Amino acid sequence: MAGAPLAEQPTGLRAWLLSAEPHSRWQARLGRFYLGWRSFTKNPLAVVGLGVVILLILMAIFADVIAPYSPVAGGDLRTQRLLPPSETFWLGTDDQARDIFSRLVHGSRITLFVVVLVALIATPIGLLVGTVSGYLGGWVDTVLMRVTDIFLAFPRLVLALAFVAALGPGIENAIIAIAITSWPPYARIARAETLMIRNSDFIAAVRLQGASTPRIILGHVVPLCVSSLIVRVTLDMAGIILTAAGLGFLGLGAQPPMPEWGAMVATGRNYLIDQWWVAAMPGLAIFVVSLGFNLLGDGLRDVLDPKAAK
Amino acid sequence: MTEGGGHASALRSFLKKAAQFVIVLMTTLLGLVAVTFFIGRVVPIDPVIAIVGDRAPPQVYERVRTELGLDRPLIEQFVIYVKKAATGDFGNSVLTTNPVMTDIANVFPATLELATLGTLIGVLFGIPLGVLAAVKRGTLIDQFVRVLGLVGYSVPIFWLGLMGLLLFYAKLGWVAGPGRIDVTYSYLYTPVTGIVLLDTAMQGQWDAFWDAVSHVILPACLLGYFSLAYISRMTRSFMLNELAQEYVIAARVKGLSEFRVIWRHALRNAAVPLVTVIALSYANLLEGSVLTETVFAWPGLGQYITNSLQNADMNAVLGGTLVIGAVFVLLNLVSDLLYRLLDPRTR
Repeated sequence: MAGAPLAEQPTGLRAWLLSAEPHSRWQARLGRFYLGWRSFTKNPLAVVGLGVVILLILMAIFADVIAPYSPVAGGDLRTQRLLPPSETFWLGTDDQARDIFSRLVHGSRITLFVVVLVALIATPIGLLVGTVSGYLGGWVDTVLMRVTDIFLAFPRLVLALAFVAALGPGIENAIIAIAITSWPPYARIARAETLMIRNSDFIAAVRLQGASTPRIILGHVVPLCVSSLIVRVTLDMAGIILTAAGLGFLGLGAQPPMPEWGAMVATGRNYLIDQWWVAAMPGLAIFVVSLGFNLLGDGLRDVLDPKAAK
Repeated sequence: MTEGGGHASALRSFLKKAAQFVIVLMTTLLGLVAVTFFIGRVVPIDPVIAIVGDRAPPQVYERVRTELGLDRPLIEQFVIYVKKAATGDFGNSVLTTNPVMTDIANVFPATLELATLGTLIGVLFGIPLGVLAAVKRGTLIDQFVRVLGLVGYSVPIFWLGLMGLLLFYAKLGWVAGPGRIDVTYSYLYTPVTGIVLLDTAMQGQWDAFWDAVSHVILPACLLGYFSLAYISRMTRSFMLNELAQEYVIAARVKGLSEFRVIWRHALRNAAVPLVTVIALSYANLLEGSVLTETVFAWPGLGQYITNSLQNADMNAVLGGTLVIGAVFVLLNLVSDLLYRLLDPRTR
């Protein structure tokens, strides 16, 4: 509210959102969301990160409209191979006379697909293992945490490599492999949160009311672990993108002719010295997107999890 | 209590901790072996067919199957696998026909050389940068370190390596290209330690030494940058923690120079958790080396694993994975032990 006197009472929608006595659960939730949003937008870098991520999503949705050429079928192999960036081909063309910009735009779908699927597979596993382990304690805790530690003991990319080697190359297998290597940190966080929640009075109250263990874990413990997990998953997304790109670069992720960014860098490697743009552009895209996710994650952490902020 | 008694009880508790470490280490290593065993069983490739070919008569197929022990129950196979892994026997590589362990022993020094140089660069530049960022909090240098860290967490290492090659090798010609040493120099020395820089220096082959340096400098700086990004960020936060302590105020009140307060008093206390961070970053470089070695055609463990992968050489892949995992675990435990040794509060 630029220019408004400080003493002025908020009116209209803002007043409704900031009301100290919300009339419904929805109003209270929206109010909390609004407060979070306000503190989030105070961090300009986080807003830039959010912008990059939104741009990525829009690019993925409207890829067919945005991309001027086909991402798979190339142009004239005699005259349009390995052209430098120009007005017709904004980012140049690759060895099969395909427009690199169009391939990047379509590649955003693959990147998003990988990130979303890994998050959807790994987060529930981590959440379940962590909350069960933390809530039940005892030998269940010991066993589950030993298993978690063993998975943490492998460097992520190396374990993913071994899994893809076993399952065979391909984008689906790469996603499974990355998900298998991603859940242990989530389990650790969920367990730590559960240990704090477990002894609170409200859990004791719910237990005395006769709630079963699965009900307590799923209905009362899990929802409280979600916010710190969201922060962690967002911060991890850059790592997921980098791992997927690394697998693609090694030829183990998406298979040709899919326009996966890591695989595109691998193609460009053969023309590095004379046609640098073939390798440079997709790498730049990976860099910008993972930077965006990192900035967004930092901003979310400050809002949702003030304890962890520096 | 006498001096000796204090030492004895400290020693006893240390031994007890050490025993716990050994147990944790053993179960973790057993777990690593179990994971690779499991991965080995999911492989859609039938190992028998890989050896005898798909046109072999059934008798031959059965015989090889029995020789490999694949007709026994899974548990029994696992026990045999663990016993063999404990003696370092991961079978033979299909690609090189050598035992996997011999191959790994040959390529590991190259990875060690790269990761060690990378960590050295990371420590030499990362710690001073982190300290400066903490002391001059909120200034340009602090922002610079922040950006350095953010970029380090976001940039694909293989792409940065390629761009480095493009700029410093192809365009500027400052460094040598991929590989460890030019072929012309590679016959001038005999490999003893497997670490080219050491071998050439010890045998006085300085031309070969400088050629090796110009080969190693770019990949080492690349890994060093990632190590630096991590170490400087952690140093900054440890130093901020220490600078807020009362002993820093006391030292300043005593009239010690700012230089002494920061670099001798505060950094010394921040050094204890830093040891853990350095060990962790060393372990992370092992992972980073997989992609870096591929980009720079560096004949280390990472390239060995990716080469074996592309040739469906599962014994080699799993052996390499297990070795990297074991080194990772060991480094973690060593850093934990060092932390306990260095920090009197944890005793």
